Amino acid sequence: MKRIYVNEEWCLGCHLCEYECMYANSGLDAMFKLKGRTNEFIPRIKVEGDDGSQIHFAVNCRHCTNAICVKSCIAGALSKDEYGVVRINKDKCVGCYTCVLVCPFGAIMPAPDGKAAQKCALCTDNIMGEPNCVKNCPNNAIVFEERD
Amino acid sequence: MKYVIIGNSIAAAACIEGIRSVDGEGDITVVSAENYQVYGRPLISYYLLGRVKLENMNYRPADFYGKNNVSVLYGRRATKIDAPSKTVFLDDGKKLKYDKLLVATGSRPFVPPMEGLDKVESKFSFMTMDDMLALEGALSPEKSVLVIGAGLIGLKCVEGILQRVKSVSVVDMADRILPSILDAEGAAIVQRGLEERGVKFYLSDSAARFEGNRAYLKSGKEIDFDILVVAVGVRPNTDLVKDAGGEVNRGIVVDKGMRTSLADVYAAGDCAEGFDSSIGANRILALLPNAYFQGSIAGVNMAGGIASHTDAIPMNAIGFFDTHVLTAGVYEGEVIADIHGNVYKKLFVKDGYLVGFILINDFLRAGIYTSLIRQKTPLSEVDFALLEHEPRLLAFPKEVRKQKLAHRV
Repeated sequence: MKRIYVNEEWCLGCHLCEYECMYANSGLDAMFKLKGRTNEFIPRIKVEGDDGSQIHFAVNCRHCTNAICVKSCIAGALSKDEYGVVRINKDKCVGCYTCVLVCPFGAIMPAPDGKAAQKCALCTDNIMGEPNCVKNCPNNAIVFEERD
Repeated sequence: MKYVIIGNSIAAAACIEGIRSVDGEGDITVVSAENYQVYGRPLISYYLLGRVKLENMNYRPADFYGKNNVSVLYGRRATKIDAPSKTVFLDDGKKLKYDKLLVATGSRPFVPPMEGLDKVESKFSFMTMDDMLALEGALSPEKSVLVIGAGLIGLKCVEGILQRVKSVSVVDMADRILPSILDAEGAAIVQRGLEERGVKFYLSDSAARFEGNRAYLKSGKEIDFDILVVAVGVRPNTDLVKDAGGEVNRGIVVDKGMRTSLADVYAAGDCAEGFDSSIGANRILALLPNAYFQGSIAGVNMAGGIASHTDAIPMNAIGFFDTHVLTAGVYEGEVIADIHGNVYKKLFVKDGYLVGFILINDFLRAGIYTSLIRQKTPLSEVDFALLEHEPRLLAFPKEVRKQKLAHRV
């Protein structure tokens, strides 16, 4: 299965992936419409490294082979689909954040309404088709490919 | 191969998945006292709160048992295990032969002797779907509720019912709420949040006796109520294994592969006393994720695979309205604290390792901390100064980070 991988040497820390993620999952029909509304959305990808830092990289769900979030979910809201994508079912999630407690990558976070968790599903849960963060990264600092 | 599983909650579901990861053929029979497909028991409070609908409470999809070729005996209890003949006896007189048996019998509410309790008409436990549905049937906006027990179960019940009744009072013998996961200062923050919403607490106190719908506390105070919920604690269901001659302490003693002292009998979940790596000894860790881990490991081993549970630790994520509490490990050693307003953050460092934390209202990416505890990562291998402030992968060496982010994990 294709996953998102990080080339941290090429990441400038521009945070564009975070905005592209917000946009992809916002349901808005143009990115500029996020203007003034970014507090309503929370990106499912996070760029680490402060401005001025020498190191930057983006982190989102690794879709672990042996996903501890799936095993730990108290509601059965997290599951692996037939391709290996770790998904969250919002109708089942109760927002206890046990997944936040166990994810070793810090890649699951509360959804904006605070009543459920959210995570990256590689843009299979929106209309983007392919991960929008990768598609729009100007430096190939994140890529979407098969790796061992 | 014939597999029998006594119990039908999380450890049982995990065992089924564990068995099927190794053995797609063997017969699996589940003995389920409850008349429901497996559901996450902690969801019962979220249902009352309106956070989840009944039809979404199934832990696995409706075709789970069918797809895994499992037969479930609903409404049945096991009454006896005969280990020499590898037979489980059921309450309807039937017998089940097994090659491998999992005991996943969970726990039951503990109700201490309280004078007059038997005469209280409207009283409830809060562990199962049926407990919850019975309680829900009694709720109404003009009623007052008294909850005995300010632990995880009692307070989640409080959250679930608070907006559906007139008032809620909570009595506990301990001097603070949530004593199993919080220190005094942290507990005070959560207590304050609940008090602001109208919950009345009577701590360091207990119900000495009941007369009709009035509780007389040890302190001399009196509380009138319409509904009583008893959530004092739980006791593991260990009798089947004990009576069969298996080793039982507080829980059923298991090794790291979830084997009991009886041949071909395994145990997992809240009834089992497995290895807790945070203390280096066996103890019951009655946590839902732990039930899954244990059940899964039991299933793999029952089916002839090899699996071992070496990294279990206490860990809990629990919320009360908009206050979230995430905790893990043990609260020993040097404390690194960050406390301001409603934020309460404590990291516990001992002998060069992160051994525990308490995070209230500041919990983003907490799993990075949890994994340091579970993996026993020496803090000398990370930039802990960076981690103290917030959990981040930046604190790991570049090569480690590459393993995490540039490779399949």
